[in-house]
Amino acid sequence: MVSEFKDKYQLVIIGAGPAGLGAALAAEERGVKDILLLERDYFLGGILPQCIHNGFGLDYFGEELTGPEYAHRFIDRIPESTVQVMDETMVLDITPDKEITALNRHQGVQKIEAKAVLLAMGCRERTREAIKIPGDRTAGVLTAGTAQRYINIEGYLPGRKVIVLGSGDIGLIMARRMTLEGAEVDSVLEIMPYSSGLVRNKVQCLDDFDIPLKLNHTLTRIEGDKRVERVVVSRVNDDLEPVPGSEQTVECDTVLLAVGLIPENELTKQMGIELDPVTGGAVVNEQRETEINGVFACGNVLQVHDLVDYVTEESEIAARAVSEYLSRRRKKRRKKIKLTAGEQITYVVPHRIDYVYQDKDKKTLKLFLRSSVPVEEAELKVVDDRGQELISSRKKIVTPGEMETIILPLQFLDEDIEELTVSVTKASQGAD
Amino acid sequence: MKADIVIIGGGVTGTAVARKLTEYELDIILVEKEADLASGTSKANSGIVHAGYNADPETMKGQLNIQANPLFDKLCSDLNVPFQRTGSLVVGFNQQDLETIKQKKENGDKIGIPGLEIIGRRRLQKIEPHINDRARWALYAPSAGIVSPHELTIALGENAAQNGLQVMLENKVEDIETEKGALKAVVTNRERIECDVVINAAGVYADSIARMAGDEMVIRPRKGEYFIFDREYGDLINHVLFPTPTETSKGILVTATAHGNLLVGPNAYPAGKEDLATTSGGLVEIMKGAVKLIPDLPRGGVISSFAGLRAAAPSEDFIISPSPSVWGFIHAAGIQSPGLTAAPATAERVEQLVKGYYPSERLVKKDDFQETLPEKPHLYDYDEGDLEDWNEYIDRREDYGEVVCRCEHVTRGEIIDALHSPVPAQTLDAIKRRARAGMGRCQGGFCGPRVVEIIAEELGISPREVTKKGPGSEILQEKTKDLRLKKKTADKENRDNQRQEGKYKDPAQDAAKNAEQDAEQATEQAAEQDTEPKTEKQLQQVKIESGGADGE
Amino acid sequence: MEKKEIICISCPLGCRVEVRGDGENIESIEGNQCPQGREYAREEFMNPTRILPTTVRVSGGELPLVSVKTEAPIPRDKIFSAMDQIAQVTVEAPVKLGEVIIEDLVGTGVSLVATRRVLSDKKAADGEKV
Repeated sequence: MVSEFKDKYQLVIIGAGPAGLGAALAAEERGVKDILLLERDYFLGGILPQCIHNGFGLDYFGEELTGPEYAHRFIDRIPESTVQVMDETMVLDITPDKEITALNRHQGVQKIEAKAVLLAMGCRERTREAIKIPGDRTAGVLTAGTAQRYINIEGYLPGRKVIVLGSGDIGLIMARRMTLEGAEVDSVLEIMPYSSGLVRNKVQCLDDFDIPLKLNHTLTRIEGDKRVERVVVSRVNDDLEPVPGSEQTVECDTVLLAVGLIPENELTKQMGIELDPVTGGAVVNEQRETEINGVFACGNVLQVHDLVDYVTEESEIAARAVSEYLSRRRKKRRKKIKLTAGEQITYVVPHRIDYVYQDKDKKTLKLFLRSSVPVEEAELKVVDDRGQELISSRKKIVTPGEMETIILPLQFLDEDIEELTVSVTKASQGAD
Repeated sequence: MKADIVIIGGGVTGTAVARKLTEYELDIILVEKEADLASGTSKANSGIVHAGYNADPETMKGQLNIQANPLFDKLCSDLNVPFQRTGSLVVGFNQQDLETIKQKKENGDKIGIPGLEIIGRRRLQKIEPHINDRARWALYAPSAGIVSPHELTIALGENAAQNGLQVMLENKVEDIETEKGALKAVVTNRERIECDVVINAAGVYADSIARMAGDEMVIRPRKGEYFIFDREYGDLINHVLFPTPTETSKGILVTATAHGNLLVGPNAYPAGKEDLATTSGGLVEIMKGAVKLIPDLPRGGVISSFAGLRAAAPSEDFIISPSPSVWGFIHAAGIQSPGLTAAPATAERVEQLVKGYYPSERLVKKDDFQETLPEKPHLYDYDEGDLEDWNEYIDRREDYGEVVCRCEHVTRGEIIDALHSPVPAQTLDAIKRRARAGMGRCQGGFCGPRVVEIIAEELGISPREVTKKGPGSEILQEKTKDLRLKKKTADKENRDNQRQEGKYKDPAQDAAKNAEQDAEQATEQAAEQDTEPKTEKQLQQVKIESGGADGE
Repeated sequence: MEKKEIICISCPLGCRVEVRGDGENIESIEGNQCPQGREYAREEFMNPTRILPTTVRVSGGELPLVSVKTEAPIPRDKIFSAMDQIAQVTVEAPVKLGEVIIEDLVGTGVSLVATRRVLSDKKAADGEKV
C-alpha cells in the first residue's frame, strides 16, 4: 500500500495528531504534493484515541463526537490521499536547514530533507516534580493523561482510591473515568478560586458522582513507603501559598496530577527558534510560520487549545500558509504588525502579521487569545498604534479556561499600522 | 547455601568491595534487601569525586579520598561509566571566606592535592560566567570531578557479577550466626548462607547488622535534599561549585551531572532510617543556597527532587575495621561524604582486612579476571552529527530502532538490555538507573506505559506485576473492568448479608431493590450467554413467572 | 414539592437555576439568564440524562479495549448499572466504527456503539491486518 519512502519531501509534518492530520489533508487539497507525516506512536490521532469522552466537533463538524470519532474523520481520509505516513518513528533532530533526522525500526536512522516543515508535536504534561510537591517518591503518582492512557488504551486501572490535583478538563474527566470504572475518588483539588474546566464537566464529572471540588486547595505532601498511602491537603491564601494549620490528611493510594500542559518544543528549541514564554510555543506570524522561513507550527505545540475544533482550524491556516510558501505566492507587508497582549489578556496568537492578502476568498484573520482573569459582560477590543479601535465585541463572559477568538477584517489593516493591542475589560469600564 | 564471603549491602561500597574480591578465586555472594543495587544512599548523593583538599589525613575518610581520586579515570573508562574531571571551585564572598579558602589550600598542598590555585574575581567570572558577581575568590581544584553514582555502583556490581559474584536481591539480613566467636552463617529472609567472612556494607543499617554480630555501633542518618534541573541548563556552569563552608555546614552546592543535568543541594539534618521524604522547607532551603552561587538559576526548570541519607557514625569518620567480637566479620560502615569518591580505595582497604582471614594459598587471583565491562549501546551518547552511526546497532537488532523514552532518547533495545544485564533490572527504577528511561523532563509520563509493557513481555509477567521498586509498588492495580465487576459482586453480597441480618426495614423498598437486582442478574446471565439483554418488560415477566419479588 | 438548584451548562456563565416542582409538574424556574438555560434546567430537573462514554473489552484485537458511547443520553441514575452490564461484555475483533456493541443498554432502549475501529490481531496472508 505504501510506496517507497523518499529522502526529500515538499512538506514534512512532525506529529499525526489532529493538528498534523488536519494540516496534511488540507495541504494536499491545496495542491501540495509529496507530504510526509511522521508519528512516534503506533497509531494515528495523537491524544484523541484516549479521549473517549464527548465534546469534540461541535464547532467544526456541527456534531458532538468523542475523541476517537473525531480522529476517525481524518484518519479515514489518509489511505485515499497521497500523504505518506511513517509511524513508530521518532524525530531526533531538525536542523535550521530543514534536515530531519528520524529513527524507526525498519528504516533505522534516516535523514530527510524538507522544503517546508510543520511542527505539530502537541504537548506533554507538567509533573509532580516540576511543581515541587514534597514527600516520598512512591508508586501511584501519575499525571492524568498517563492514567488516561493506561485505562483507555492499555486496559489497566492505576489505582483504587484516588485524589486529583487540578480541576482543568482533564482532571475532571479523569475523576469521572476512575469512578465509572469502580475506583473511589476522594476529591478534586484546585489551587485557584475557580475551576478552569468547562461548567459541563464540573456538573457531569463531579456533581453527578458527589465528588467534592475543593477550590483554593492544593497538595502539600505525598506520603507512603512503596506506594502512596496518604496525602496532605492544605488550603491556600490569596498568594496561592499553603495556610499553616489548614492541613488535612487524606488516605488514598493514587494521586492524579492535572496541573498543566507544556507544548513539546524540544525540537523547536534545537532549531534555535524563538519561543513565547507565555504560550510555551513558537513565536509565529499569521501564517503560523516561525522565524525560520518554511518552518511552521500549529496545534497544541503552538498554543494549548481547549477545543480540538480550533486545532483543526489552525491546521488549515498552516496548510494554506505552507502551500503559499511553496508556490512562492506570498507578498510581504511593508511594515510588519506586532500583536500585543494588552489589559487582562495573557497572550495573543499570532504574534505578528507579516503578509498582504489579495485572494478574494481570504477576507479576515482570526486572532486566538486568552484572558488572564474571568470577566463578565466583557468587551474585547483591538486597538492600533494610533489609538484607533478596529474591533470591539461583547461577550457575556470570558475566562482563562476558554480560548477566545476575534475575527479581524483584513481591510482594516492599512499599510501604516505597526502594532495592534488586544484587551478585555468589563463593559461598563474603559474609556469610551 | 555456602560461600566464602558474603557482602551485605549493594551500594557503592559493597559493590566496589565485591569487584575487588572477585579478583580472587573465592565464592562471593552479595545480599541486598531492596530490589536493585544502588537503592539506598548510592543513588541519592551529589555524584562528586572530591579533590581531597578538605581531607584530614588523620581520618580514614580523608586517606581513602586522597588515595582513590586518581583511580577514577581508569576505573570509569574500564566500566563505561560517565565521569568528567570538571574541577571544582570553593567560592568566597568576603575576607572571612578568603581566610577559610587559604586554609583549605594550605591543607591541600600539604597532602599533595595537585593543581590547587586561589583565583580572583576576574578569572572566576571568566571561567564561570553565571557565578554571582559578588563572588570575589575561589579555590580551584582541577582534580575534582563528577560521576554518575548509580551507574558506577551498578557497573561495579555487574563487573563483579561477570567475574563470578552472585547477587541476591530482595534478601534482607535478619541474623548473623556465630560459633565460638567465629562467623558461621548469614541468615536473610530467604536464605541461610554459611560463610567464612562477612563484609558489613549495609549503609544506614550497618549498626543493626553490627549488633547482630554483637558489636556496638550507632549510625545516625543525616538527610540531604536535592533538585535536578532539565538537561537544557547543564551548561550553565562548568565546574562543581561549593560555597565556602562554615563551622556548621558544608554548604549547598551546584554542579552539572555526568549526563548534563544541573544538580543542587544538599542540606543536612537528622532523620529516621526510612525517611527519604523531601520537605517544603528543605526544598526552599536548597534553592536559596544555590541561588547564592548562581543567581539566575532557572527555578522553573526543576524536573525532579529527591533526598538521600548519609550513614553518619558519631565519629564522623568511616568505620573500616574487623569486628572485635566476631572473627571473620569486617565493617565497612559509617560511609558518608566522600564515600563515593573513596569507594575504590575502601575496597582495597577491605581487601587487606580480608587477607587477614585467609591463608595465602586460599587467596589466588583469577587469571581470567575481566576488568572491563563490555560496552552497552546508548542512543543518548550519539549527537546530531553521528546519529547515523547508530544504524549499526539497528542492523544487529531492530529493537534499537524503536525509541521508547522520548526525553532521554532511549530505545527498546536498551531497555531489553537492562532487563538482561549481568545484574538484571526487574523494576521500573532499576531500568531507569541502567538505561535512563524515565529520567527526563516528563519523568516517565510518556515512556512509563511502554516500559511497563516491555517489562511484562520480556519477563513473561502480567503488567499488573510490574513494580516501581519492588513488591508493594505495583504500577497498575486492576485490569479495567475487573474492579467494576468485583464491586458489583461485593455490593450485591453486602445487600444480601444486610437483608439476612434484617437491616433493611422497608419491604416495599426491599421489593424494588430485589427487582432491580434480579433485573441486573438476568442481564448478567443474558450477557454471559451472549443473548440480547432483555427489556424491562421482559424482565418483569421473568420475575413474575419465577414466583415473585423474593425469588432468585 | 421539590426544590433543586441546577447549574446550567449551556454557556460558561454557569447560572444557578432554581427549579421547583414535583415528579410531574414544574411550578417555577428562576435564575436563568436565557431561554436555553430554562430549557436545560427543565430537562435536568424532570429527567436528567447523560451520554455514557466508556470502553468495552476486546478479544483478539490490536488493542485490548474499544472505546464506546451510548448513541443517545440515558437516564443518569442508570449509569452504574450500565457500567456493570458493560463490564460483563467482551466483543471480538474486528470491530467497526459505529458497530452496535450492546443493543438495549440496561433496558433504556439505547444502544452502545463503538466509537472507533479495532482491527484484529491476526494478519491476513498478505501481511495486512484484518
